[in-house]
Amino acid sequence: MKNKKVLVAVTGGVLGILAILLVKMGNPANMGYCIACFLRDISGGLGFHRAEIVQYMRPEIFGLISGAFLAAFLSKEHKSVGGSSPFIRFTLAFAGMIGMLVFLGCPVRAVLRLAGGDWNAGVGILGLIAGVVIGIQFLNKGFSLGRASGMQSVNGYIFPVMAVAILVLLVFGTSFFFSSKSGPGSMHAPVIISSAAGIAVGALAQRSRFCMIGGIRDFILFRDTHLLIGFIALLVIAFLGNLTVGAFKPGFAGQPIAHTDGIWNFLGMLLAGASATMLGGCPLRQLIAASEGNTDCVITIVGFIAGAAFAHNFGLAASAKGVSFAGQTATLVGILIVFTIGFLGTYRQTSYSGGTSYGQNG
Amino acid sequence: MDKMVDARGLLCPEPVLLTKRVIDKLTDGTVKVIVDNNAAKENVTRLSENLGWTVSISPEGKDYVLTITK
Repeated sequence: MKNKKVLVAVTGGVLGILAILLVKMGNPANMGYCIACFLRDISGGLGFHRAEIVQYMRPEIFGLISGAFLAAFLSKEHKSVGGSSPFIRFTLAFAGMIGMLVFLGCPVRAVLRLAGGDWNAGVGILGLIAGVVIGIQFLNKGFSLGRASGMQSVNGYIFPVMAVAILVLLVFGTSFFFSSKSGPGSMHAPVIISSAAGIAVGALAQRSRFCMIGGIRDFILFRDTHLLIGFIALLVIAFLGNLTVGAFKPGFAGQPIAHTDGIWNFLGMLLAGASATMLGGCPLRQLIAASEGNTDCVITIVGFIAGAAFAHNFGLAASAKGVSFAGQTATLVGILIVFTIGFLGTYRQTSYSGGTSYGQNG
Repeated sequence: MDKMVDARGLLCPEPVLLTKRVIDKLTDGTVKVIVDNNAAKENVTRLSENLGWTVSISPEGKDYVLTITK
């Protein structure tokens, strides 16, 4: 168990170092990794939205999936499962993505932004914690997405094998997908570096079960610091890295790909935190679980991509100028939807009481 | 009779929450938890050990049975 804890810290640390390196090599500032932003870029790369400045098939994501798939396969942890409330997962992910795009980052980028001196991210992280606390209330009252069951094994291979195939195409320089000519989508590290960085973190995160939401959640629920160590390692290493390369610029105003609207930074991440807690993990963890053969988590990723497309097609995503009225409305509607699912999905599981036999698997 | 927790098909934190609900009500005894993935196995073990229980793990087909005692 001690080794696992070290592995969680190593995952956070490696994520931090590679994030700084990726920015140095061309990724947008404070965006070495951002699962939400990268899925949004992929949504654009596939032409699902029309925001021409955020279209790029981020090799980091396909690398993450490939690395996690390989690690799961080699450790015999790849298992095809599914059937645990797929459409609730899609909906929670869709809403959570809108929250993340109102803040402009997933939990990983929130920490990277903070490590770069963007204090707006501190407000976002407070919102994230508030969201996790709300999600925990639902979990404690018995909210459950229900049990997944085993599936025919091909189910669990489609997603990771497709990701490997796309990664190979990207490495060989395909120009098949949409790719931004300007804006954040046009800023990226060389494909081979991005791919390798993705694979490394994917494999590490699969072995360590690294999860940003899990870190906050388990500390609040169980006073368990196991996953929180990864969160802290990411923050500390990325902070030291930014200091080293001179990228630490403290302040609220003028931060890269960020806005200063505190209320919406807070509420956007509250929405993301509550939905991720109900989904069982942060977007990075969802990607890893999807690579391990969990088809429910694949649906979650599809929900993220659809949410990102919707957010950009209808001007809900924030920009450096702030959050549009449509984005504010969508955040509140998203919170309402997630809370409603939380209330309605809260029912007691029957299978934990004494005397339940193995045969009664619901 | 031993308490039983069936956490198969559930992703964390649910297996841990279900286990905790049961062992929080006990001062000693034996609880058997059945899980079907390594992450749940590790997490339930960690929680139980943190709370001062001893855990022994035995594979059963594709599942694991964790016997938690104090």
